[in-house]
Amino acid sequence: MNEMPQMIDVRDLVKNFGDFCAVDRISFTVPRGKIFGFLGPNGAGKTTTIKMLTTVLHPTSGAIRVDGHDPVREQRQVRRSFGIVFQDPSLDDELTALENMNLHGVLYGVGSHDRKAGIEELLKLVELWDRRNDFVKRYSGGMKRRLEIARALLHKPKILFLDEPTIGLDPQTRNHIWSYIQQMSSRQNVTVFFTTHYMEEADRVADDVAVIDHGKIVAQGSPAALKENTKAKTLEDAFIALTGHTIREEEGSVKDRMRRMARVWGRR
Amino acid sequence: MRAVYILWLRQLKRFSRSRSRMIGSLGQPLLFLLALGFGFGPTFARAGGGNYVAFIAPGIISMGILFTAVFSGIEIIWDRQFGFLKETLVAPVSRIGIVLGRALGGATVAMLQGVIVFIVCVFAGFRVEWSVVLPLAAVFMFLIALLFTAIGTSIGSVMQDMQGFPLVMNFLVLPLFFFSNALFPVQGLPKPLQVVVHLNPLTYGIDGLRGALTSSHGFVFGLSRDLVVLGALTAILLAIGSYLFSKIEL
Repeated sequence: MNEMPQMIDVRDLVKNFGDFCAVDRISFTVPRGKIFGFLGPNGAGKTTTIKMLTTVLHPTSGAIRVDGHDPVREQRQVRRSFGIVFQDPSLDDELTALENMNLHGVLYGVGSHDRKAGIEELLKLVELWDRRNDFVKRYSGGMKRRLEIARALLHKPKILFLDEPTIGLDPQTRNHIWSYIQQMSSRQNVTVFFTTHYMEEADRVADDVAVIDHGKIVAQGSPAALKENTKAKTLEDAFIALTGHTIREEEGSVKDRMRRMARVWGRR
Repeated sequence: MRAVYILWLRQLKRFSRSRSRMIGSLGQPLLFLLALGFGFGPTFARAGGGNYVAFIAPGIISMGILFTAVFSGIEIIWDRQFGFLKETLVAPVSRIGIVLGRALGGATVAMLQGVIVFIVCVFAGFRVEWSVVLPLAAVFMFLIALLFTAIGTSIGSVMQDMQGFPLVMNFLVLPLFFFSNALFPVQGLPKPLQVVVHLNPLTYGIDGLRGALTSSHGFVFGLSRDLVVLGALTAILLAIGSYLFSKIEL
């Protein structure tokens, strides 16, 4: 059989929650080795789409192929093929960076030799090797994000999913994070699928983007093509032209508030 | 399985690092042992019950295990809220592997806590008798630990946040402890209380542990009945816990 030319292939994907249609017949493809940006305001259906691509949510209808596999019926193969950095941290704060990496490697069945070598290489790449024995709770937000990116790549995935990888970080750290992602994607030939609010980032790093609003894809193509079609100078303006509104600012989620509360109460 | 092992190891590491939690959860058993053990001791002896400290020590050890076990299970809520749960749920391993690793880890931690309480009891004057059967005691401690970690896991899988925690504490954990044979013998209780105590799984765990650690008071129901009841309930609750855990959505 021929190798699937597309790393991600989505056709007529629908997800309903009761009466509410979160994702409304979207179709797109992401070619192997490309960096693909999924843009849209909060509640547009980005995270729902990522959840369906990453096997944790079942679609109402439509077809998905991730590296040629169906996330519903071939869960195990799909899970092995991707690494993911969630919007919220998913590290164990009470373990060290090294222990977090190691735990991930064991969970993904990476052999002990490859695990050791991979951890060292990746932690050096994200410049955390010197602090590998620190507890993650001592890490800053940017360091945690770097660790999560390194961790997501440990089992040599073909696809890296990044849900708002730079949210809540200062501009300098954001640039840093992207340079790591670009380096690693070219080094390991990883396909990157990311969502973001930051239009200038998408403009800079993405080979292709899709704009989603109210569950529908309103435009897709290269950032340059989108700007040309809408006669906009920036991707931000193109977005406004396409959707009729700006990308709304992120509001503090319930979880963020919980986390702040927990910090005040001294847990973790 | 590798997932079971690494998640078990994680719980152990976290336990060994949280000294404050370890010491903090010693407070309550110690308080019960000292205040009740020595406070009611003379009355208990006059009533012909024998050494009260020897009587309640297995109950206090079980209390330490019970509290730690339920809490270890409920920790799923923290892991969900702080995100680590997601890391395990998208990994290419089965949910059963994850829940078993967590439950075994939680049970091991709870059992270790029980061992610490045991040592404290010895220092407080719990005289271990020659008839002591430590391996059997370990079996009972582990079964109690696993049973209540499984209950905690079931609760943690369906509860969305920690706001329900006082509810669990006041309407499940504390009644389980007080309506058991931890502090008083089952013989001669008023009928309704006797029924409740007999329905409480912890009763059989404490009865077995008491039989394994002391020559008097224990094995009221017989060793085999204690083992069968506790073993069967542990298996059932592990199955329920696994099922509920497998239904968790991200």
